Amino acid sequence: MTGSPDPGAAPVEAAASPQQIGVQVSYGDVRELRGPLLVLGGADGVGWDEFAEVDLAGGGQRHGLVLEVDRDIATLQVLESTGGMALGGIRVRFAGRPLHIQVGSGWLGRVCNGRGEPLDGGPPVTGATFLPVSGWPLNPVHREPPRQPVLTGLSVIDALTTLVRGQKLPIFSVPGLPHLALATQIASQATSEGRSFRVVFAAMGLTHADIAYVRDRLEERSAAGELVLLLNAANDPVIERILTPRIALTVAEHLAYAEGHDVLVIMSDMTSYAEAIREVSAARREIPARRGYPGYLYSDLATLYERCGRVQGHDGSVTVLPVLTMPGGDITHPVADLTGYITEGQIVLAPDVLARGIYPPVDVLSSLSRLMRSGAGKGRTREDHLDVAAQMIAAMARARQAAELAELVGVAALSETDRSYIAYRTHLERDFLNQGPEEFRSLEETLDRAWAALAALPPAELTMVSTTFLDRYLPGRKDRS
Amino acid sequence: MAPVTQRRVGNVVRVSGPLVEVEGIEGLAMLELVEVGPYRISAETVAVTGPRATLQAYEYTGGLKVGDLAAATGAELSGVLGPGLLGQVFDGLMRPLSMAPLWLAPERTGSAQANTFLERRWNFDPTATVGSRLAPGDVLGTVPDSGAVEHRLLVPAGVTGELTWLAPQSRLRGSDVVARVGDHDVRLAERAALRRQRPFRTRHAEVVPLHTGQRVLDLLFPLARGAAAAVPGGFGTGKTLLLQQIAKWSDADVIVYVGCGERGNEMADVLEGLSELEDGRTGGRLIDRTVIIANTSNMPMMAREASIFTGITVAEFYRDMGHDVVVIADSTSRWAEALREFANRNGDLPAEEGYPADLSSALASFYERAGRVTTLGGRTASVTVIGAVSPPGGDMSEPVTTDSQRFVRALWMLDRDLAYSRHYPAVSWTGSFARDVDALGAWQATHGRPGWVERRARAAALIAEADRLESLAEVIGVSSLPGHERMTMLGGRLLREGVLMQNALSANDGFCSVEKTAALLDLVLDVVAACRRLVEQGIAAAAVEQVDFGPVLRAREESGPSDAAGVAASRTVMLGRLEQLL
Repeated sequence: MTGSPDPGAAPVEAAASPQQIGVQVSYGDVRELRGPLLVLGGADGVGWDEFAEVDLAGGGQRHGLVLEVDRDIATLQVLESTGGMALGGIRVRFAGRPLHIQVGSGWLGRVCNGRGEPLDGGPPVTGATFLPVSGWPLNPVHREPPRQPVLTGLSVIDALTTLVRGQKLPIFSVPGLPHLALATQIASQATSEGRSFRVVFAAMGLTHADIAYVRDRLEERSAAGELVLLLNAANDPVIERILTPRIALTVAEHLAYAEGHDVLVIMSDMTSYAEAIREVSAARREIPARRGYPGYLYSDLATLYERCGRVQGHDGSVTVLPVLTMPGGDITHPVADLTGYITEGQIVLAPDVLARGIYPPVDVLSSLSRLMRSGAGKGRTREDHLDVAAQMIAAMARARQAAELAELVGVAALSETDRSYIAYRTHLERDFLNQGPEEFRSLEETLDRAWAALAALPPAELTMVSTTFLDRYLPGRKDRS
Repeated sequence: MAPVTQRRVGNVVRVSGPLVEVEGIEGLAMLELVEVGPYRISAETVAVTGPRATLQAYEYTGGLKVGDLAAATGAELSGVLGPGLLGQVFDGLMRPLSMAPLWLAPERTGSAQANTFLERRWNFDPTATVGSRLAPGDVLGTVPDSGAVEHRLLVPAGVTGELTWLAPQSRLRGSDVVARVGDHDVRLAERAALRRQRPFRTRHAEVVPLHTGQRVLDLLFPLARGAAAAVPGGFGTGKTLLLQQIAKWSDADVIVYVGCGERGNEMADVLEGLSELEDGRTGGRLIDRTVIIANTSNMPMMAREASIFTGITVAEFYRDMGHDVVVIADSTSRWAEALREFANRNGDLPAEEGYPADLSSALASFYERAGRVTTLGGRTASVTVIGAVSPPGGDMSEPVTTDSQRFVRALWMLDRDLAYSRHYPAVSWTGSFARDVDALGAWQATHGRPGWVERRARAAALIAEADRLESLAEVIGVSSLPGHERMTMLGGRLLREGVLMQNALSANDGFCSVEKTAALLDLVLDVVAACRRLVEQGIAAAAVEQVDFGPVLRAREESGPSDAAGVAASRTVMLGRLEQLL
């Protein structure tokens, strides 16, 4: 681990305010308050990106990060917003370094807010190691290409867009679709085949109803000490969201590389996160790139997503699953578009699939896991997996064409082969794609269900699967031979 | 502690991300490096105003304070160029990543790694004659154990004189003096400026093709050695896979692969993929002809900006030895974003979409360093530049895409619809272009392939006509078209699926020789001609369409990468099958 162990850091109470900004110079010359920004004068010796505590006249405390230092002027973003603050009576104390948090297994089983402060009535989270929340770039030479699957217990993901340990794979959704049900189902069911598996769930900008739902769905895993929950609600301070995924990933990296767990980090909703970035950028009057988002949104998102991976000589892994809602379902929206450029594939949820009564409403043909080829198949999942997946997707494409044709000319006018494709799709949707929000399916069961659906097609159509696998797995095949 | 007294020092007065302003350093030159703060982060001078200067920092500037020390180095951004670059991975500032720690914190000092790099010993074979008069570019000797291509030690630019001493055959360190030319000591490895173009004698007018092994490129949109190409494509269009294929299979001597603001896992994958593959020409591994410059998206942004120039300079280093080099930059859009990020922080007036007004000249300065030249030493060599472009939202009218198009000789535009229908490589035949087609055709004609121009023209005409008919058929229905037009549509399908599609993951199909490409195209063209004749002779178009064209579609997969004869056999089978309709 990096650790840049900090000899100056004494043990402290709160995890997210570990800076023990004790007897240090405090500054009171607040010159300007604008949006989330606080401009401080007379701030000599303040470093860029330093963490600060802001004491209000009335006795409250807020936190800030330094965005710019210019001679004796320091510009800070206040995490809890500047609402209710007045120029007079504010004292700002600086930590002398960027925000660090304490990491360790003490986080497991805890429920905290978006700044890492407990919401579960417990004491502040402590750990033996301090790490900066922004992390350090991982040397690409030390990366181990992802190889083994994370099994989610969801047929459509495990079979068709296999999640691979160390991958970053986002869920693209639209407001109103059950992406949160899907994300929590993955969070509660995912495993890495008998290895120790941990989940860090970072919620950003979720409604209170959604947060209650998340806590309820993940209670079991939390009680088992396998889960870290960081919850930033929709009416919680917006700027705090900038911190939430960074805390989540810092905790995850330590659990993975220092303690050897496979860690899955779920971040929902990244669109809310990007809005916080945009708000700060607008307040700083920066020149926007697309739709008001700053030009550095790509790099900013990359510093989060790129923290996934596997590392040579270490046992654990960090797998990142961001969830984002595309405003108006527009996949060219900057958040979705830039995410797609960084991540290794995407799982797309579509309203028309939901309308057909399917949960999870994954649009199979536009979803893709780029690392699937290296994470599935013989020795990883099952020997027939890649062939079956390719065949299922090709057959889905053909079935969609057949269905469109059927709408024009009627099912009766279709060729027998085309009708079998429609039967295949019906079977697949009913017994394979559709799954209960609490239902766990083993990989064996998932692939068996896949074969049962493929059996609706004439065997001659199954050209992408080798004869060996057809003989071994196609239902009824053995009886005939 | 560094001897600060000898140096020009000043203080930091402003920090905003990678932008650092300093004051009080005398005589600071543009591009000069300054070390700032307690970790002595490298920062490059980009503007000087009186006593104040603006710097772009190459590391994370967290904790940097107003008042921190800033010391001028008197040097520009430079890196060690010498034997041992091939097969290695460097960051955007040419620091060897294989010697860097797991986490790239700013505390690591570049010089220590560079020194380790210089300590390695190499075999040196002298070839020059002591006493002779040498000029820049003349060969002093070779380093036989450095990668797949011959490493030639040259007299540096600007050095002329009598060779008074030359090391005997021996094992030498990179930092050792190897020769004395005039009053200049030549070392095995030299620190070289990374932003400066390396000099050459003249540019060549003659156009010679680069064979990429990718049929759609070699056939429809060929690229000349020393030319530049841009590859725009939205996410998921297979841009990276296509570039990796070119890195693997193009017939260059050296590949410089610049991962600029892209994925870390991808770099690990490139490294592993190239290490496993054999180089058909040398018998070694492909990685041994490759230098990787990796500045992934989460590494410091300004080093990303430098990485593009680092890549080109390394390429020119090998060009000067007389090699043909291909530089692949994935992605130039991330590089342009770094330019934009810094310009915005600096308060520059934006032009389009927030990009600085000098974006097009910055792109031009990158692509224009491509060229096929006579080197200082009189050898013919080339640097070919291939730049990926990642247009936001797949919008091909955005500034980086449109500006790149002006400076390249070939544009390989990737099409989302083709990619979604799993047609790879998804190079659009309507949106792409190759400006050197005629000149390359003339070269093919004088090098034993007289049919090349005509064959290409027929293929281009067939696919254009098939496209037109297909959109027509969507409106009026296939059955309303006359037979010969239906045969054209059939031919379009055979051409797309049998020739233009290529399976990157297949051992037979991943790479395709010139001869096999020609054979595959002949196969399709002859079959289409035979089909047309059948229709003319009164056979129903529907009957021809029902024929199993498997031999045409499978030929690319079933015959080896250079097996033109195997393809010709498929042609015989297929033509025979069509005969039976009569």
